[in-house]
Amino acid sequence: MELQAVLMAAGGGSRMTDLTYSTPKPMLPVGNKPLMWYPLNLLERVGFEEVIVITTKEVQKMMSTDPKMKPDVKMKMEVVCVPEDGDMGTADALRHIQQKIKTDILVVSCDLITDVALHEVVDLFRAHNATLAMLMSKAYEFTETVPGQKGKKRTAEQRDFVGVDQSGKRLLFMANEADLEDGLSVRKSIIRKHPRMHIKTGLVDAHLYCLKKAVVDFLTENKSISSIRGELVPYLVRKQFSNAVNSQKVKDDSEDQTQKNNESSTNHELLISSRDESLLQLAQERSCWNDHRGDMCEAYHGGKLRCYVHIMDQGLCYRVNTLAAYIEANRQAPKLFDEPPVHSSAAISERCQVGSDSIIGAQCQIADKTSIKRSTIGVSSTVKERVKVTNSIVMHGVTIEEGCNIQGSVICSNAIIGRGADLKYCLVGNGQRIEPEAERTNEVIVGTDQLMEI
Amino acid sequence: MADSGVTDGFEKTGGIERAKSEGKELTKEEKQRLRKEKKQQKKNKEKKDDRASQESGREKQGVSSAASAPQPSAQSAAQKAPSAVPAPVPVPASEAPAPAPAPADKPAKSKAELKAERRARQEAERASKQGKKGDPGQPGAAGKPKAPASELQPVVKRLPEHIQVDNPDVLKKLAKKLERQQIPLRLDYGYKVSLFSHLHQYSRKAPLTQQLSIPSTVIHPAIVRLGLQYSQGIVAGSNARSVALLHAFRQVIRDYTTPPNEELSRDLVNRLKPYISFLNQCRPLSASMGNAIKYIKKEISNIPSQCKEEEAKSKLLHCIEWYIKEKIILAAKAIAESSIEKISDGDVILIYGCSSLVNHILCEAFEKSRKFRVIVVDSRPRLEGREALRRLVQRGISCTYVLISAVSYILPEVSKVFLGAHALLANGYVMSRVGTSQIALVAKAFNVPVLVCCETYKFCERVQTDSFVSNELDDPDDLIVTRKGRTQLENWQQEPSLGLLNLVYDVTPPDFVDLVITELGMIPCTSVPVVLRVKNVDQ
Repeated sequence: MELQAVLMAAGGGSRMTDLTYSTPKPMLPVGNKPLMWYPLNLLERVGFEEVIVITTKEVQKMMSTDPKMKPDVKMKMEVVCVPEDGDMGTADALRHIQQKIKTDILVVSCDLITDVALHEVVDLFRAHNATLAMLMSKAYEFTETVPGQKGKKRTAEQRDFVGVDQSGKRLLFMANEADLEDGLSVRKSIIRKHPRMHIKTGLVDAHLYCLKKAVVDFLTENKSISSIRGELVPYLVRKQFSNAVNSQKVKDDSEDQTQKNNESSTNHELLISSRDESLLQLAQERSCWNDHRGDMCEAYHGGKLRCYVHIMDQGLCYRVNTLAAYIEANRQAPKLFDEPPVHSSAAISERCQVGSDSIIGAQCQIADKTSIKRSTIGVSSTVKERVKVTNSIVMHGVTIEEGCNIQGSVICSNAIIGRGADLKYCLVGNGQRIEPEAERTNEVIVGTDQLMEI
Repeated sequence: MADSGVTDGFEKTGGIERAKSEGKELTKEEKQRLRKEKKQQKKNKEKKDDRASQESGREKQGVSSAASAPQPSAQSAAQKAPSAVPAPVPVPASEAPAPAPAPADKPAKSKAELKAERRARQEAERASKQGKKGDPGQPGAAGKPKAPASELQPVVKRLPEHIQVDNPDVLKKLAKKLERQQIPLRLDYGYKVSLFSHLHQYSRKAPLTQQLSIPSTVIHPAIVRLGLQYSQGIVAGSNARSVALLHAFRQVIRDYTTPPNEELSRDLVNRLKPYISFLNQCRPLSASMGNAIKYIKKEISNIPSQCKEEEAKSKLLHCIEWYIKEKIILAAKAIAESSIEKISDGDVILIYGCSSLVNHILCEAFEKSRKFRVIVVDSRPRLEGREALRRLVQRGISCTYVLISAVSYILPEVSKVFLGAHALLANGYVMSRVGTSQIALVAKAFNVPVLVCCETYKFCERVQTDSFVSNELDDPDDLIVTRKGRTQLENWQQEPSLGLLNLVYDVTPPDFVDLVITELGMIPCTSVPVVLRVKNVDQ
């Protein structure tokens, strides 16, 4: 078997607590499908037949009981539960399932919505025998107004500095602004080997990684690494140019295996390669290919650890971990599946206007004289007469009484909007009731128990 | 007299048959007679029509008796058919055991007589049918290269599929075969220059993995990786490709388990066939790879059926290891040793492109303290010479670097030319990177000796006299350069009268090559068929 897929669905959604305090992030409806469905669909489309899903007990329960939450994919899903206390990072989760991992892995996060041609990433992993291959995309500027956001947009989140070589494929440098205290320092060894480096800041990490099995073994040895994105990836990128690693390389063109055995360094787990290392070495020596030119070094500068990145410049790629991203994803999600936007079982009365870019879920009841434009109505929701819903996201089981006007808002599950309410750019939490004739603008309406949480 | 001759002949057949049926060993004379008869049969089948009459005359003389009754009838029947050879063939065959008469038995006589008559009738029918079939010159019809009744026309072998890309029937057959093996079909890209429209032309930006499922189940992951490395050019060069192929096969064999009710020797070969088609789609197989595959397949089929799986697998892994060690590594050492004798102090050696073997030779010669300098000739679009230059300069050899357009300028300085080869063809032509024949030609004009270094496992039984018939077309977009931010040829496909051609190989005639250095010794180019024959006998 070539690759095993691992879906990380235990994340808490810490950047959109308003949405996730009641519904776990993997189950948030996007285009009336649970968020988890999108990466699973991606994996299924390219041909995976099995996936290991790492999630919490709550999500697992929801998956098995709630029919509308069930991601209906044909793959065999092996669900592994991790404790919910939130201290388990993604790398810790990998360590947890180390026994199940028999080959190289493809780690995907549950909040990734993309239509990337996955073979681009995996081909880099295969062709160059890389240790890490990841996907990044040009960051998208969210233009929709986010409910509850007061004033100007917050200052940009901590930026990522990503350094790639001239071909744009080899990953040379990766650091987060938070880790850089007084400026960006680049090691001389990197500059010597790759004199031309492009540093990009406007990229978003799609959290899709192809990792060699040796990395998982390495993680079990080094228990200090707890997050893939935060710690493991920068570590691997740094280790590419580490001297300890490169001293293992054979200097001449001769295949002298004894030399290699003598100089084993402590990081040999990362460099575990196939048993026919000598044959591979021979093939590489005889091959007249080099990945760079201008200096006297052999291909890959003799380094055994290589990290590659595929940067998408076209197509969809969203990480739904903020409210703005969630809203944008709801707009774009219909492009990713071919179901008709209006579900067959929805009861839509004749005299309502449903825009072509709106999605109506199953068993909805839309009464007369309503107008639904650029919105998503969840499963089993009821919309009474003379309601105008524009640019909004209405989740499951919501009741909207007559005469309401909802614009640019997010209404969570099981909320009830009273008659005649006027909501602009609001976020109504789970199970909330909006009293009739209420007028709210740019507010986040959540339960009092949530106000205590920071 | 004729009748007695006939009876003698039939008696003899009867005698041998009787002996065989009785289970007695054939006497020495009878064995000799059988051998002679087999030889004569073979000879008769290979002779042409114009010698048929001579042959039949000789046959008659060979046979101690004169023409018999069935013979003229058979001959007349044969003469009805367009060719007369097959008819006399079986009849003398039946008569061949006739040299010495033997005691006759009545029942045996009649049986043998009937047999000969039946055979003569069959031949006559077959001959007439062949005549009706028509011209055997079509490649499809001449499936058997030695069709018995059509020796009037020259024998045409079937053309391989990979050089018939402009024939839609061949393409359809290929598509069907790939579908059966569950391998995606790679589509040709771009406009092909008309002289080469019979070859495939693929784009590097459309890898075959686009159409494969990501954890590839149909094809072993090692093979997918290898195919990707071939198509992207990461593994390039005849030796590197063969070694990488054998490495991938090692992994395949290690991961292989015999399904129940199947034999390893047959099932593994069938398992390898789709892999080979896949690799062929990624990049056309080289001659060295073809020979390696033939060797592996032979080794696999020679595994005895009672061999246990573990034993068989370890045996195969050993065979692969042996093949690489002997045919590639040791051969390189042997060739280096012989070549070093040809390199003298003060030499100026010209090399072209990046041949792993030539680089090895030069590095070894430098280790043995020969004083020489090297001129590296390079050509677009591959610019492999840069890699050769790097490897030589890293060792400390002093090098000069020129492009192929300057080769006639630099040749007066050169004392020897060392060339690597991709394959050596059976008629002595050298198939190598495009540009090699140019260099050999110019070197010949300047009277500079040209030495080709090639291991014997690259010797190929194909015959080619020009570079058009069978070649490889690389991605035409490789020829596009961007200088100062401008790419002039960006939209070359929109120009109706422009075609980009990126050839990979060319053939050098043996007149331009002075010596071929192999691990079997230094041979002239024309001795390649001898080596091939010796190799075949060995196997």
